[in-house]
Amino acid sequence: MENKVKKPKNYMNPYLAGILLGMVLLASFYLTGRGLGASGATRSVVVSAVSTIAPTHTANSAYFSKYTKENNPLKSWLVLEIAGVIIGGFISGAYAGRLKLKVEHSPKITPRKRIVMASIGGLLFGFGSQLGRGCTSGAALTGMSVLSLAGFVTMMAIFGTAFALAYFFKNNWI
Amino acid sequence: MGPIVPLLNISNELNLLIAFVIGLGFGVALEQAGFSSSRKLAGMFYGYDTTVLKVFFTASITAMLGLIFLNYVGLIDLDIVYINEYYVYSSIVGGIIMGAGFIIGGFCPGTSFTAISIGKIDALWFILGSMIGIFIFGETYPLWEKLYMSSPLGPVKISTVLGIRDGYFALLLIVVASLMFWVGEMAEKKFKREDITNEI
Repeated sequence: MENKVKKPKNYMNPYLAGILLGMVLLASFYLTGRGLGASGATRSVVVSAVSTIAPTHTANSAYFSKYTKENNPLKSWLVLEIAGVIIGGFISGAYAGRLKLKVEHSPKITPRKRIVMASIGGLLFGFGSQLGRGCTSGAALTGMSVLSLAGFVTMMAIFGTAFALAYFFKNNWI
Repeated sequence: MGPIVPLLNISNELNLLIAFVIGLGFGVALEQAGFSSSRKLAGMFYGYDTTVLKVFFTASITAMLGLIFLNYVGLIDLDIVYINEYYVYSSIVGGIIMGAGFIIGGFCPGTSFTAISIGKIDALWFILGSMIGIFIFGETYPLWEKLYMSSPLGPVKISTVLGIRDGYFALLLIVVASLMFWVGEMAEKKFKREDITNEI
């Protein structure tokens, strides 16, 4: 009961959180020669699901067949990394008193609308991350840290578009 | 001498354990920053919360300087570190589609996993949506193949394009980021709104 009235702890200072994230990214480079990723893990799960249901179809697919080597998602580096992200996020949320099942939404929209928008946004992000060879983690953040031009271009395209469209979706957030 | 895994022929099992441990750190950092909340993330685009800008650029500069330093003292071989390949049009168009996904959905893939870990149901739908998006891309790949493969420039570095040394570029980025942080702090004052911590 006491937990319900307890206020969650504050978030970490953003600059400090950035240094922490940068150190994790640096550790990844030092240990494995590669940075962080996220959408690659989702793809790994999608490819293994599709190839379990329709193996021939997957083998004949020009795109999915590139990734059938990572057939067992439990042996994929990024899937294990994302398993760590989920448990790490849970530990941090538990420590800060932020664990709660909820649909987070602006008071101006209904939970149902929030879920529809989240699904559409996810669909676009999933699609774009394949075309762009990685998402905010693997292409933008990691790419920028190794000074890759692709990383800077992807970052500017993602943030520039989100800024440009922000006006139209204001009610969803504020 | 790093990177350890490719140079020392580390076993696959140990490599997967490393992946899990790095993921733990990644998840803690994202959640502590507040990236488990879509309304906090979206604040970036309305100026009321510029945490995304601060965390993203501080992290990138930290890792960039770390790599330059480790290379300087001979602790990492940068020739083995993966540099993202640049395909001109697919990077731009893919980025634009992701940007639309960001402002509509409120997450990116990494932050959606952090949000689901503390119980955000909207993040679960974002993840399901991204699976469908990836599936659609794979199924319709022949339509996009030309765009996906056009103008490959290889693992080109921005410092090379600008004709300056990596260290100078890092310095330039620090200056630019500092200016952006200053603008971000000003924006948070200008577009301030009532505290939503209890709502998120």
